[in-house]
Amino acid sequence: MSGPALRLAVELDGDGAHPAAWRRAAHAPDHLLTPRRLSRVAAAAENAGFTLITLEDGTLPPGATPDVVGRIGAVERAAFLAASTSVIGIAPVVPLTYAEPFHVSAQLASLDHISVGRAGWVVSEETRPEAARLWGRRLVDGAAARARESRDGIEVVRALWDSWEDDAVIRSVATSRYLDRERLHYVDFTGDTYAVKGPAIVPRPPQGQLVVLGRPDLVPAGHLDVGLVAGRDLAALEAAAAAAGTPRTFAEVEVALDTPDATAEERLADLERHAPWGDGGRLRHVGSAAGLAALLERLRGVVDGVRLHPLVVDEDLNVLSGLVLPHLFERRHAVRPLPGSSLRTQLGLERPANRYAAQRTQTTPATPIREETR
Amino acid sequence: MTRTDPLDVPRPDAQLHLGVFFQGVNHWTIWSDQASGSQIDPASYRRVAQRAERGLFDAFFLGEGLRLREVDGRIHDLDIAGRPDAITQLAALAAVTERIGLVSTSNTTFNEPADLARRLSGLDLLSEGRAGWNVVTTDNAWTGANFRRGGYLDHADRYRRAEEFLTVARAIWDGWDDRAVSASSGAPAWAAPGGVRQVRHQGTQFDVNLVPTLPRSAQGHPVIFQAGDSGEGRDFAARNADVIFSAHGNDFDDALTFADDLRRRLRAVGRPDDDLRILPGTEIIIGATEEEALEKKRWIRLQQVTPATALGIAGLLWGLDLSDRDADGPLPEEDPVVAENDGSFGARRVADPRAVVAEWREKAQAHGWSLRETVIALGPQRGHVGTPAGLADKFAHYVRHGAVDGFNITPYLIPDGLDDIVDLLVPALQERGVYRTEYTGTTLRDHLGLREPLTHRSTTCRRQAG
Repeated sequence: MSGPALRLAVELDGDGAHPAAWRRAAHAPDHLLTPRRLSRVAAAAENAGFTLITLEDGTLPPGATPDVVGRIGAVERAAFLAASTSVIGIAPVVPLTYAEPFHVSAQLASLDHISVGRAGWVVSEETRPEAARLWGRRLVDGAAARARESRDGIEVVRALWDSWEDDAVIRSVATSRYLDRERLHYVDFTGDTYAVKGPAIVPRPPQGQLVVLGRPDLVPAGHLDVGLVAGRDLAALEAAAAAAGTPRTFAEVEVALDTPDATAEERLADLERHAPWGDGGRLRHVGSAAGLAALLERLRGVVDGVRLHPLVVDEDLNVLSGLVLPHLFERRHAVRPLPGSSLRTQLGLERPANRYAAQRTQTTPATPIREETR
Repeated sequence: MTRTDPLDVPRPDAQLHLGVFFQGVNHWTIWSDQASGSQIDPASYRRVAQRAERGLFDAFFLGEGLRLREVDGRIHDLDIAGRPDAITQLAALAAVTERIGLVSTSNTTFNEPADLARRLSGLDLLSEGRAGWNVVTTDNAWTGANFRRGGYLDHADRYRRAEEFLTVARAIWDGWDDRAVSASSGAPAWAAPGGVRQVRHQGTQFDVNLVPTLPRSAQGHPVIFQAGDSGEGRDFAARNADVIFSAHGNDFDDALTFADDLRRRLRAVGRPDDDLRILPGTEIIIGATEEEALEKKRWIRLQQVTPATALGIAGLLWGLDLSDRDADGPLPEEDPVVAENDGSFGARRVADPRAVVAEWREKAQAHGWSLRETVIALGPQRGHVGTPAGLADKFAHYVRHGAVDGFNITPYLIPDGLDDIVDLLVPALQERGVYRTEYTGTTLRDHLGLREPLTHRSTTCRRQAG
């Protein structure tokens, strides 16, 4: 199958997708949480030509003993990386099951300002019951309740991003007005479990709306820009992509690659002695770089991009950047991001019009502003 | 001991600490000038933080807003507004600065301790021990309308929640032993068994039972800042804070009285009386001569207090909409209206408007001032004005006499408002031996010369402090 060139994303949380990945990392455990390690890995992904980094998160430690691993909040990591990279998109995972949508909206809008339009957001769910107590809230019980919190939360976050029109800051010296309050809007959201007034504190993000990624089986497709679709084999993946209903789809692919020192099977077996690599229902490639390149080529036309989950970041990212991505770029099966473009542009997504500005111009024609503005 | 004899000062070796407060909402940041840059562009933040770091400042501060200001039910449109989330912005600055402390103002009323403690820990690790937390509370349901919980907390509960919040946050920060994480990937476990502890807290405000996600930073945990002028706020600071912001930095006697009061409160809770740094917020206006500095001040005040801003401030005082009056004319003839609730949020309200208006009338008449001139002359008198040498002498006097430990500077221009201070005042302070010539430590705690965190001290000291 052939289709438009793929966009490539890579998940870079911790030491890799395997719970015991830290045992094969190229650094000591106590270096995992250092800024140096974080920026080194992001620079490697950016130089390799990935379009997007995603950063998994959750407010509880990701592993069970002995693989309990520390994890800095994904938004904080993303902001740090936004300031130390220049081209690659960055999307933290932020669940809305318990978090305050007002805070989440502000944090993500800030990330888009900091990265000058390179920010995305992977919506996820907080499924562990212990998280409720951590947030001081009643348990959000069951898939339907979690889906409701995600749906309402995204609606609020997106409305808040629009609550400042793009040109709300007018700096009108003639009238002494910094803001045009007509271009600021109360979102007045009322959902099943809470209400939010608005407007936001952060001006509208450079992309207008950040790129929102998530699972279309958990989040209504209308709220997503990119559906993260999964399947254990190509047929299942194709079906999931076809059913997604989102503007763009990215396939979830877990990878363990042959390295000069060990085969993928040997590396995986080494880690499996310590903990199992849980089955998340995703396509998994364990083998050669060439085999992965061939698999990804087959995904052209099925999905718009792939998100790779490396077994061990330090090992697999080297192979991806040295062998897999160059091969794909050479044959134009995948493309590198263009410097100076927003993440939306990289993904071929329009910059959305502001919902309130659209309403306003429909009802009352805007008065042309002729005063001196700066 | 005489307070005027330079040879007999209480703290001959005292060092001045400087912070910069990048303000998000106020009319003191001039936006109308050609040199005024963006309030949201990441380059503005980078520029101010890097300039402050070049000036060897201790810290860069960000405030927090949880709802846009309103006057009479309408969004206030005259002042700068719109700003990034503080911790997110500071995490980005951690990547482009090396030494300067990064302090976030974060609210205890509309956050949860486990989440906020983790976000602050992240900032602390990303900056390798340069994070600070300015603890604030919110007092109105108006702000609550933006949050799931909604509503508000009354005054007493706000502080009770803040204090318990801090207790939980500290327990989370102390949940990992200092060397809990293994130093070798060949170790049997990522973190040493027993090195990471479950945190259990059951109190009147919080019921927490969790495994913390992060180890301690190079400075233990974030430095605690607090601003509070009421007796309750000062006691809170004496029990919990490493640094207190104050509004007592413009007048020497006032500053000294405040500092002495705090030292008394510190001793009362069993802390050494030099355990808390006092950093009043201030504006600094520098000229080559005194006259030039005063002329600059006049210009700055006119930029800050525009006719519309003067009418807005007077409107809040009078309780009337004065926006159609002439700011350059006389004061309004009406008596002020004292309203129960004037519909203004996030704006300064006046305790006894009748008395203030009477004083304004008397002074305006005596000096022949217009309304705008009156607002400028009788509004809050902020800041220090002078030559680099004059200001350095004055600040050396303040700090050597224990009236302040330094200043938190609010530049009137973003992003270049620190240039004079870094280029002219800092060298003058260094000549007088009251300011560092290089960073000697790497953490914010090092810069401020603080002892180890309160919770890390001996049990006796901790019990006394608690």
